[in-house]
Parts: sequence; C-alpha cells; structure tokens
Amino acid sequence: MLLIRCPYCEEERPELEFRNAGEAHVVRSSEMTATSDEDFEAFFFIRSNPKGIIYERWRHIHGCARFFNAVRDTVTDRFVMTYKAGEKKPARLPKVGK
Amino acid sequence: MTASYRIPGAGRFSHAKAASFTFDGQSYAGVEGDTLASALLANGVHLTGRSFKYHRPRGILSAGAEEPNALVQIVRDAARTTPNVRATVQELYDGLTAHSQNRWPSLSFDVGAVNDMASPFFSAGFYYKTFMWPKAAWKNLYEPKIRAAAGLGVAPDQPDPDHYSSRFAHCDVLVLGGGAAGLAAALAAAESGVRVVIADEQAELGGALRFESGARIEGQDGWSWAQGVVARLKTMPNVRVLSRTTAFGYYAQNFIGLTERVSDHLAAPGRDLPRERLWQVRAKKVVLATGSIERHMVFTDNDRPGVMLASAARTYLNHYGVAVGKNVGIFTANDSAYAAALDLKAAGIAIAAIVDLRDNPAGELVDRARAAGIEIHDGRAVVRTGGRLRVSSMTVQRRTGGGERTIAVDALLMSAGWTPSVHLFSQSRGKVVFNDEVKRFLPGTYAQDCVSVGACNGTDGLAASIDEAYAAGTKAAREARGGAAAGKSEKPAKPKVEASEGWSRGMVGAAPGAGPGTTVKAFVDFQNDVTAKDIRQAVHEGMRSIEHVKRFTTNGMATDQGKTSNMHGLAIAADELGKTIPEVGLTTFRAPYTPVTFGAIVNHARGPLFEPTRRTAIHPWAERNGAVFEDVGQWKRAWYFPQAGEDMHKAVDRECVTVRKSAGLFDASTLGKIEVVGPDAAKFMELLYTNPWEKLEPGRCRYGIMLREDGFIYDDGVVGRLSADRFHVTTTTGGAPRVMNHMEDYLQTEFPHLNVWLTSTTEQWAVIAVQGPKSREIIAPLVEGIDMADEAMPHMSVREGKICGVPTRLFRMSFSGERGFEVNVPADYGEAVWEALWVEGQKHGACAYGTETMHVLRAEKGYIIVGQDTDGTVTPNDAGLDWAVGKKKTDFVGIRGLTRPDLVAKGRKQLVGLRTKDPKIVLEEGAQIVADPKQPIPMKMIGHVTSSYWSENCGRSIALALLAGGRDRMGETLHVPMPDGVIEVEVSGTVFFDETGGRLNG
Amino acid sequence: MARAPVKKQAVVKTDGAERRPALAGQEASATGVSVTVLPPAERISLRGSEASRAALSKALGLTLPQTPKTSAAKGKRAALWLGPDEWLVIDEAGKDPLADCAKVSALHSAVGISHRNVAVAVAGPAAEATLNAGCPQDLSLAVFPVGACSRTVLGKAEIVLLRTAQDAFRVECWRSFSDYVFTFLQEAMRDAAA
Repeated sequence: MLLIRCPYCEEERPELEFRNAGEAHVVRSSEMTATSDEDFEAFFFIRSNPKGIIYERWRHIHGCARFFNAVRDTVTDRFVMTYKAGEKKPARLPKVGK
Repeated sequence: MTASYRIPGAGRFSHAKAASFTFDGQSYAGVEGDTLASALLANGVHLTGRSFKYHRPRGILSAGAEEPNALVQIVRDAARTTPNVRATVQELYDGLTAHSQNRWPSLSFDVGAVNDMASPFFSAGFYYKTFMWPKAAWKNLYEPKIRAAAGLGVAPDQPDPDHYSSRFAHCDVLVLGGGAAGLAAALAAAESGVRVVIADEQAELGGALRFESGARIEGQDGWSWAQGVVARLKTMPNVRVLSRTTAFGYYAQNFIGLTERVSDHLAAPGRDLPRERLWQVRAKKVVLATGSIERHMVFTDNDRPGVMLASAARTYLNHYGVAVGKNVGIFTANDSAYAAALDLKAAGIAIAAIVDLRDNPAGELVDRARAAGIEIHDGRAVVRTGGRLRVSSMTVQRRTGGGERTIAVDALLMSAGWTPSVHLFSQSRGKVVFNDEVKRFLPGTYAQDCVSVGACNGTDGLAASIDEAYAAGTKAAREARGGAAAGKSEKPAKPKVEASEGWSRGMVGAAPGAGPGTTVKAFVDFQNDVTAKDIRQAVHEGMRSIEHVKRFTTNGMATDQGKTSNMHGLAIAADELGKTIPEVGLTTFRAPYTPVTFGAIVNHARGPLFEPTRRTAIHPWAERNGAVFEDVGQWKRAWYFPQAGEDMHKAVDRECVTVRKSAGLFDASTLGKIEVVGPDAAKFMELLYTNPWEKLEPGRCRYGIMLREDGFIYDDGVVGRLSADRFHVTTTTGGAPRVMNHMEDYLQTEFPHLNVWLTSTTEQWAVIAVQGPKSREIIAPLVEGIDMADEAMPHMSVREGKICGVPTRLFRMSFSGERGFEVNVPADYGEAVWEALWVEGQKHGACAYGTETMHVLRAEKGYIIVGQDTDGTVTPNDAGLDWAVGKKKTDFVGIRGLTRPDLVAKGRKQLVGLRTKDPKIVLEEGAQIVADPKQPIPMKMIGHVTSSYWSENCGRSIALALLAGGRDRMGETLHVPMPDGVIEVEVSGTVFFDETGGRLNG
Repeated sequence: MARAPVKKQAVVKTDGAERRPALAGQEASATGVSVTVLPPAERISLRGSEASRAALSKALGLTLPQTPKTSAAKGKRAALWLGPDEWLVIDEAGKDPLADCAKVSALHSAVGISHRNVAVAVAGPAAEATLNAGCPQDLSLAVFPVGACSRTVLGKAEIVLLRTAQDAFRVECWRSFSDYVFTFLQEAMRDAAA
C-alpha cells in the first residue's frame, strides 16, 4: 500500500483513502463544440502510458475529497511529488530519496 | 510411551509438563515447548512424509521455517484441518492430532512409491512433454489424476469456524528477526524512546542462540541474555514484541505484512482469540535481521529420513533436549557442523565420523573435535547412504575417487554452508550482489529505507553482528526522530560479547558422486523432488536463464520457495553452462516468505463484514410485512410483498394493478441525492446535465440526463429546484457515488470558478413514493403548509413543509405514469411517516410495492432505467430522449461527444417497444433479435431485449429493446431465436399504457 | 471477555412522527474498550471559502479551523476540518447550526445532515487498537492528538474520526453503514482486548 502526500491535508496518507483519477493535465476545451474530431480524439481517448515519470490525477476521496495532481515513477511506484489541482506541471522535479 | 530420545537434563523445557499427541493414529508423549518435529524425534520418529513426485520416504530436515519435507496435516476437527503444516514450526499442545500426507495406504508402505522405480520417466519437464496431447485430455484426464497422485494435504470442505483479525500499525523502527542481531538493534532503538516493533517467527525470540551453545553475552549464555533483553523490551511502552509472527511481504514505502499466529499453539483457544492476526505495519526505518539458513549437501540419496541439517540436530539437542540419533555421522563443507558434533558428543551421543569435503581443515572447532576423539575423514565425501525408511549407513569415498568405505549411522548431519536470508531485502526491490569468495548473495543496492544486519548481511560472528546491529538500531532511531536528541539521557550500553561462534564459507552445488554425467538421485529441492541431474538436463534441453531452469524443473517453486535449494540449483546450472553464478542470475524472491492463510488475508471481511449491507430506515417495516428483498449493489431493497398464497408473479400482478387502481407505497430511499448549493448552482447544472436549468423556476422539477464526455448516457434522475441557489438532485441508486465523483471532478478541476458546493444527502432523507390515483388523498391529511391542489402543485413540482409534524420535501413526480408523489423526510422519521401513510393508504385500498412492480410500471410507460435499458453506448437520441437535450446550449459535458460521426450515423440501435405475437410469451432480457430466422448461423443480430415483463395492466407481455434503426421499423415483424423455438415479435413504440399521459393528473 | 451488545428502547419522542435512530442505544464492551452508539445530534455539512470563514465562525459561535486534521469545539458544538473548504459541524445540545448559518450572507453552503450520520463512541485504553483493525491511519497521540479529526476508512466503510480524549474517539458514518461499522468495531474490540 502506497503512502501518498495529499497537498491539501499536507501529510502522507495511506493509499486506501485515495482513488486514481487518470492522467493529469488533459485540458477540456472551453470551446467544446468547436473542437475538431482529431482534437476530441486526443482529448478523450488518447492517453500516454510511459515507463517512468507519469503525471496523474488522484482524489483523496476518503479524506479531504480533493482532486490533486501527482508525479509518479511507474517503474519504482514512487511518488516524486504531488501538487494541487489547477497548478502548472512542475518545470523541474525534485530528487527522490528512499 | 516413553520418549526414548529425550536426554535428561538437556534442553530448556521442563519435562514435567507433558503433552500427548498422535501422529498417524499412534500416541506419543511430548513436553510443552516442543514443536511437533522435536516431539516426534524425541520418540525416534524421523519418517514424517512422502515426497511429492516420487513418493520417497522423507524425514525432518530442519528445525525451522525452511522445512521442505516434514509437512503434515493438523486436525482439530472436521472444519479445522490444516494441510501442509511444517512439523518444525507447529508447536505441540496436549491432544494435538497430526497425519502424514501424500501416502497410501500408509506412510511406511506407499503404493505411489512405484513412481520412484519409474523415475527415469519422471524427469524434468516430464509433465510438459508427456501430457501435451490430446489437449482436451489435460483438463479431464491427466490433471485430475496427477493432482490426486501428487498431493499435498487435504483442504477442509467445511467453512472455517475460526476468526482472524487485522491491525494497522505504525512505528519508527521495525526490526524483522529476533535473533542476537535483531534484539541488539531493537534494544538500541528502543532505549532512545522511538516506537519500535520487533517481530520473530519463533515462539520465543533468540534466533540462532537457540543452538549456539558457545555464545556468551553480558556474563550469561546467549539464550539467557536474549530472554533478558526480550523481557526488558516487553516492559517498555514504546516497544511491541511480536513472537510467532512472520514478516511475509515487504511492500512499497516500508509497508510490511506480518502474520501473527495467535492460537495455533493452544490446546483450547478461547473463543475471543483469533487464529491469526494480520499486521500491516508502516515503518519509518526497517532493520532486517533475518539471519541465514543452513544448506544441505547434494549427494546420492541425501533425502533418507535421518539425514538432516547439522544446525537442526543442534537445535533439537540444545533447545528441546532431544537426540536425533544415537550414532550420528556428519558430512560437511564448513566448520559449523563441527560445533554440532561437539555438542552431540558432549551429550553422550556417539559420533560415527565427520566427513569433511575440505582437505586439511583447520581451526579451533576442528582441533576440539580431534581432541574429543572424533574421527575426521577430510578430503572425502559421502557418496551414498543406505537404509529405506531411515538412514542406516553412509558410504565415504575420497573426493577424487577410489575405494569406498561404509559406516553405519542412524542419523546423518550435513552442512554445505549458510545462505543469508535476503528474501525480504529482495522483496523490497533491493539488488543483491554475489560475493564469490564466500559464495553467497548479499544485500547490495538498497531500494527502500532499510538496513540489513548480522547473518543476513553476511556478517560472520556474534560480536561483529551485535556491533553492527547495535549501531544500525541507534542510527535508525536517530534518523526516525529526524536527528532530535534521544528521549532518554542514559545511553544503553552495547551488549558485550564474551564468547562467540562464527564461520563462513562452504560450498554450493553438487558434491562429488553427484556431479556431471551421473544419474544418481541427489536432491537439490526436496519438496519438489528436483535432483542435480534434473537441473543439468534442463540446461541440456536449452534452458539458459535461471528463471527458465526454475520453471522447467520446478526447483524452488514448492511451498518452501527454495529456501534450502535455490543456491545449489543455481550453482549446478552455472557449472553446466560454464558460467559464473552472477552471470546465470538469482531468481527474484517474492512475497510471501512462507505461506499465508486466506483467513489472515481476509481477516474481518467475512459474513456480515464481507461487505457493508445497507438498509433503509423503512427496512424494518418491510421486513415485518413480509417483503422479499433483492440486492441492489450494497442495498437490500424490498422486491415484492407477497400475501398469503402468492408467488412472486401473483404478488407483482396484484401490486401493479393496485397502484393503477388506487395507489401504492414504495420505499425509494436508496435513490442517490445530492444537494447543489451556491449562486452558480444553475450554471453548474447546465454544464453537468443535457437539459436547460437556468429558467427552471424554484419549486419546479425536471427530469435530467447526465452524459459522459463521449456523449453516452451516464445517469438520470429528477431534479428539484428549491430556490435560486439550491437544487435537490436525485440519481439512480447504483449511480449515487460515481455521479457525486463525476460532479466533484468537473467542479474541482474544470469549472473551479463556479461558486457552488455539492453535498451528498442520500442518507439524510428517507423517500416514500406514493403513486396512484389516490396518492393525493393519502398524503394530504398528514401534510401541513403545502397546498396540494393541482393548480398550486402541478406535476413536476417540489414543496417544503411538514408531514406528520416533521419537515418534508414533497415532490410531485411519477415513475409509474400515475399521479404520484415522493415524500422526503429526515431518515430517522422515515419509518414512522411510512406507517402514517400506510394507515391512510389502507383507507383507499393502497398496497406496498417493491422494486419489481416499480420496474413493470415504468416499463409500461416506456421510462428507461439507466444501466438496464442503457449500457454505456446509448445516446439520448438512441433512447428517444432527444427532447431532454437543450438545443440552444453551447456547452455541457458530452455536447461534443454527441456529434461524433458514429453517434450521428444512421442505423444506430434505438430504444423501441416489442410486442410478442403471442401476448402470453414473456421475452427473456438479453435475448437477441434477428430479421430473418431462416438465415444460416451465425445469424445477423440486429438488437437485443433490455427489459421484459408480464404486464397485468396491459393483459399481455411487454418489452423494451435496443434495435438497429428501430424507430424506422415500427410495425415490422422480427424474430427472437431461443433454444426451444423462434418467437415472433412486432416492433412498437415504447409506451404500452396510457399513451396520452392523462393519468399523471388522474 | 466481551459482552454482547445491549439493545435499548429505540425511540425518541418528538411532537410529530416518532424518531427512530439507527442502532439507538446499542453498546458493547470488552476489557479496556467500549463501543457505544451515541444519541442523535444536529449536524451540517458546511462549505465556504476562506473569505467567509470569519462570518460563519461568528454565526456558529466557534472558530472554524483552518488547519488540516484539526477541530474546534465550544460547549457541545464542534466543527471538524474535513477539507480546505469543508467542515462538519456537530451540535450535541440540539441547537441547529443550520439556522445559525441561515443568517450569514457571506458565500457558503450549509446542508443539514443530522439524519445522514450515526455516531459511535469508542473509548478505553484499547480504543486506538480497536480502530486500527480497520483504519490505516497512524492514531498515536503524537500524530493524531486529542481534537484531531479526519475523514478516513474503517474496513470497507468511510468514516469521520474525531479524537475526543486521550483514549476516546467519535466515529461518524452514514446511516446505512452504521450496522457494518458497529459490527466491525465490536469484532475489532474483542481482538483489541484479547
């Protein structure tokens, strides 16, 4: 069971309180009806599946109930960092200890 | 019976506390503190099982968790019978009943042993090669036969009456292993005040000090020192000492799974005691002090009962006071077996000879053995053993060949060296490194915040281990505190080691006589009957990676997970491949370290705690009034209310007719309810539902449809606007949690600028649907402050007021097509208000009805149920609900999805009604529809039935279906092929009853 | 040894329809721990941004906490921080916090949930161990001190946990989960006492 730092609760909490919510930074167009078929496909269907660093959304559903973003390494399962919903994708990632 | 191999004055248990037990029906005497293995050995019993494949007689190999041979069935009663219990781990209790496994008719005469004679046919990969063809025979013929012949124990066929518990725990320092190193680490950490948990799989902590008679610490013998430390740790409030507890899995971020065997050692466990307790521990720091495991020697017929690990014999003597034989031979490749020989000799047991593979062994232990007059044959090997059900001799030959000499023995102890237990380290994703000098894999790169100390870290010698462990415990505690000063000023003194044992080296691989080119049975893996020859054969047949060799031969794949066999298997494969050991690689260790019961994993989650069973506030009334319930997700919902003599169909027919004739009461409390509050509530609703909401007046309701972004229907429900900034949203019963999640997702991440909040009120309100022409008359007398006249409260409106003196949100809405209301009251009042409505209802001949009638009534009206008439690929248009999509809206979730080419294409499946030509035939839900029943199979299926019922109100069957181009097929005759004939149906509209809808105000 | 749960009269009289709270009055105990279903209380789910916190605090008569995992209490009323803009307000004296918030013009959402939740008290030296049978959080005093509160899980149910004293907790769950939660706590209680 992973430990996940909730950026709203400001501490690490057990994974049982969380739910994964898919890839992060997939932006819904404010001009939805004007979206082309290709753009809609990219928005709704296409997801990256990297080996290594992934940006994803989690919800502290059985905690503060907030959605937030996380950077996780899919190889080590380790969380690199978490940050609040709406915040920009971090330009640089912190180094992770054990 | 006297236990003839128990040595008076030896061992640590009072011989006065007797515990009698039976093994295969024979009664024996043991003492409290024994394991089943030590008690059997005390009675001279070595033969405890038959091997898995060849059914060869097998005895007790070890004195611990690594035991591959002595697997027995422990029987408390018919439901409490546990297979594959290691006799070396099972503690004895008075009255224990054990049976041997995998033999028929008896342990000493086993018909299956014919497999041993036929062994040339049972070589590695035999099953894969032989039973490949014909394919079908594997499942029906070969597998059942093989499984029956190659059995382990028998699983009980009754439910497990024991209970199991669970505990989450957190600590600063978790010490795994309670030997000298673990205790020293725990002590160092504990004295600084941090939270410490120390776990050990044995009944008593102490580890190798159980047998190391040469250890002296702090002026005491090693074992006594260990018990003193344990006693001290137990008095400390910041320390938890867990004995009989196995750390079976090391997971991400220092999360460790442990099972504590709470009552398996008790003759009569109390009812409040769980059998096992699962511990899930999160530790800031982990100290691995898991010790090492002695390896056997791989030589011909090394599996006879009486052939065992040297340290095991020492343990049985020094800890349990049991001699494993009276004339004992020893075959070793390192010094540790000499210590065993010396201890046994001192206890008066004859040592026939020490056969040492090394030339000119030297050192203190060797000198002491010589001084004690023990014969030492150096540079030699045991090349064979004699005996059948018990070893009777060993045959010795020079390592380089030459003449043989046979020496009579009644037990043969072996030691090839010690394998550090890096299992948990490996599970933690740490990388091991091979040390060629000492031929062992040791912890290399760490992946988690842990440290290995003592024997598992390759540290030889007690003093060095304690030094290392003590320093590690101190450091872990300091780091866990974040560098803060220790809680206690007095720094504990590091335990002083005055005398110690220690050895290293040894050998891996096959001993002389079992080397390349030989066809002898020299066992590498006892439990899976894998020989040195099998490993070589795997290499000859093309296996190159140890992962392939392992799977081809099954080496290390039995329940003992190769604790004794992995290194030998690897060395033999490497030798055969002409590669070094690290080049061939070590297989990854995976959880669990030792088998874990399902009971421990499931723990509390069984019976009523398997899953929450949710009941409504009105449930007790339904129960008292004979309702039959159905499961809807976690909810229990009243399905129908049969009266005397009624079956389900009769009850439902009556309920359906009664609702339309008079009225019915229905418990709709399980519907999801979400209160949407804030100045932007309407804006939010506009975005989440297809319908327009801005202009919905307070006090009015609307049927809303929610889509996913792809344009498919996600949920539906009636929404009431209570005020400009407050909506009372209802969802489907099953959809409540996911709709809430879906709404929160959009609110928090896509539309965070909106000033609106969502609160689940599903359980705040009990909901009583009163449907039928008499519904208003039933409710009105109980209501205060609400004008229920049609003009004042038209269909699809909501009012707040009081009913029976308590607050209500009264909805006028209908899911039956009749005039209808839904009475929302705070949940604790639900049952009493229902009872009051019931009394009023009785005056008008109303009935209570359940979900089945609700379904029929809505189907008569063509109202859909999301998840039944839709399946995640249905658009509002498909469902005939285009009218609910706001045409002028510029955005809502799903608006773009609806215009995808496939969603606007012709020929999509659309919701239609089906009328069977024979009105008495009720279609099966899920049945497929075809245009031409005479076409060849596979037929072209053009749709399927989604809902189908007998409608007493219509006097015929009715059905809804999703049908390709359905709305263009009105009046067409189609066919539903079923196993016993083809059913003719006519396509119709979806409304079967009161097409004009006049009854909503009737 | 554990005692079987006691069933008490499950009725609260009001001037109108009879109130029948879930599991009313049930309790069970074992060595070092008791599990007691608490009487009904007034509750609201209160939502609002930082800008509204002062006005809402004033109306409620206590300072709504800003810090995660903390609560504030005044008399028989408590406000539990559940999220960055969310509080659970519990009034055990029967005073309706919904009415207090109705007077506030600052932006907020107050929704009555008095009947949605059922509260269970878990008390005694073994209370922490009882809860840790199903709650994965670290409940030691240093990490979860008196007054700490959190939405979390207990086995397969969601709960809100509040530490009311060194060895006492209040567990809130939704009404239909109360059966599960109470049964779970009883079983866990026996193990914690064992």
